[in-house]
Amino acid sequence: MDGALHELGEHIATSLPDAVTGFEVRLGELTVAAHAGHIVRLLKFLRDNTASRCQQLIDVCGADYPNRPLRFDVVYHLLSLTHNHRVRVKVQTDEDTPVPSVIEVYGAATWFERECWDLYGVMFNGHPDLRRILTDYGFQGFPLRKDFPLTGYVEVRYSEEQKRVVYEPVSLMQEFRDFDFMSPWEGARYILPGDGKAAGEGGKQG
Amino acid sequence: MADVELKNFNLNFGPQHPAAHGVLRLITELDGEIVERLDPHIGLLHRGTEKLIEYKTYLQAVPYFDRLDYVAPMNQEHAFALAVEKLLGCEVPVRGQYIRVLYAEIGRIANHLLNLTTHALDVGAMTPILWGFEEREKLMVFYERACGARLHAAYFRPGGVHQDLPPELLEDIFTWTDTFPEILADMETMLIGNRIFKQRNADIGVVTADEAFDLGFSGPPLRASGIAWDLRKSQPYDGYEKFDFDIPIGKHGDCYDRFILRLEEIRQSLKIMKQAINEMPAGPVASLDRKIVPPSRGEMKRSMEALIHHFKLYTEGYKVPEGETYVAVEAPKGEFGVYVVADGTNKPYRCKIRAPGFPHLAAMDFMCRGHMLADIPAILGSLDIVFGEIDR
Repeated sequence: MDGALHELGEHIATSLPDAVTGFEVRLGELTVAAHAGHIVRLLKFLRDNTASRCQQLIDVCGADYPNRPLRFDVVYHLLSLTHNHRVRVKVQTDEDTPVPSVIEVYGAATWFERECWDLYGVMFNGHPDLRRILTDYGFQGFPLRKDFPLTGYVEVRYSEEQKRVVYEPVSLMQEFRDFDFMSPWEGARYILPGDGKAAGEGGKQG
Repeated sequence: MADVELKNFNLNFGPQHPAAHGVLRLITELDGEIVERLDPHIGLLHRGTEKLIEYKTYLQAVPYFDRLDYVAPMNQEHAFALAVEKLLGCEVPVRGQYIRVLYAEIGRIANHLLNLTTHALDVGAMTPILWGFEEREKLMVFYERACGARLHAAYFRPGGVHQDLPPELLEDIFTWTDTFPEILADMETMLIGNRIFKQRNADIGVVTADEAFDLGFSGPPLRASGIAWDLRKSQPYDGYEKFDFDIPIGKHGDCYDRFILRLEEIRQSLKIMKQAINEMPAGPVASLDRKIVPPSRGEMKRSMEALIHHFKLYTEGYKVPEGETYVAVEAPKGEFGVYVVADGTNKPYRCKIRAPGFPHLAAMDFMCRGHMLADIPAILGSLDIVFGEIDR
């Protein structure tokens, strides 16, 4: 299975060398990294090429890596029913750069891209109806970004005086308790406060 | 009279409406009684599951999956458990796999019973829901006897299932699989030949195979369009390849086909359940790797090591090696997938839930255009929409 996926990855990379930046087969899954600008061409190729034949767009989702210059990943999951394989395509973008919409290739992308816009604020160029989808009417911010707090900024309640639902800033009885379970001997990638020796020797490895 | 201006009529369907199957708000633009355009507003049940999971350990994330498609909770957990096991490289013992298959099929029947009967209710048949819910209640009892909860099971966990089944339970389930077909047959004779039921469903909401691909359909709606595609067969997980069952497919891709197809899927599920019960081996139900699956309560009281494992697993949890995976299962509603990105800590970095109902509901606009207003509940019912999974 891995061999076939590797071949497919190579085939995709050699056929569209300017669109694809690399590919990887891990855990029996093929991931193709691509330039955001060429995503429409790439998906069209993956849909129509006989070797890949991905008829279905299963999912489009975002992922946020705030430390990178291009902080967002947009991940496309494709499925081929003919060859019974899946292909994952990843492109990178930031807050300001729109990704071309793939609606013309897969109709199913309409809502998935809306969702990605709603939760991450990734813009899609050429999307006819890029509205919020999952969050509340009039919601501010992009909730799945890593810098958006888990509790959000506003909470709602029904106000008996005003006879309607009102939005108020979140007030918590107790701070959200985010325990740090990373052991300083394994896993943690920061220097413990006061652990002077660690800084000199490169400290703990992740 | 000639220069009367005609305006399209906008109708707001939901968010609270018995035929909306949850909190769906449909803005419909009507020309007389013909649907011109339809705009589903979703997200009224959005709870931020994906965000919450990023702040929970892998084990703590399991119960969130029950709350997605609350009609068949264990099938959702199944996908998450498989994804985490794949990242961990953890093997599930054979008995654990059989129990999972058995309960996934119970979930499928529970889901289809709810869907078929409410679909019938939406188009005017009151009786099936009364019959169906009686049987569904029995299935809920089987859930309860296995895991202690009727709905929020948290039973399929990474590494296996939480506990072994009590000894009499398998016999009772087997007896039920013998008595249930009779009730199913009653329901079938009442509905599928019924003239009104046919008029309301046949040739309504037709989707061809190519359209189904483009719209991202999976599960029964895809199969009703004539595509023999079932992840249990094509990408088997947890030993589904050992079971003998058929994949029913439809011919016309209309509401009627989707209904009949689910009915047949119930029969196939019963077949799988019988095989699973008959062939269920003895042995552990969850992985014996104590770094992933906590020891039993009794063991914990006697062994210091078990106590440490128990403490560590329920406070810190386990660390999952860096990597990403997309794992999909054939949930009753279609392909339910989980895309997990692990960063080497005890919490998922990103967990995207791919709900089958999401693209199905997105296709509502396409399917309803040109149909009558009264066809909307029939189409909605045939798509099997549950808002827990769509809104997440």
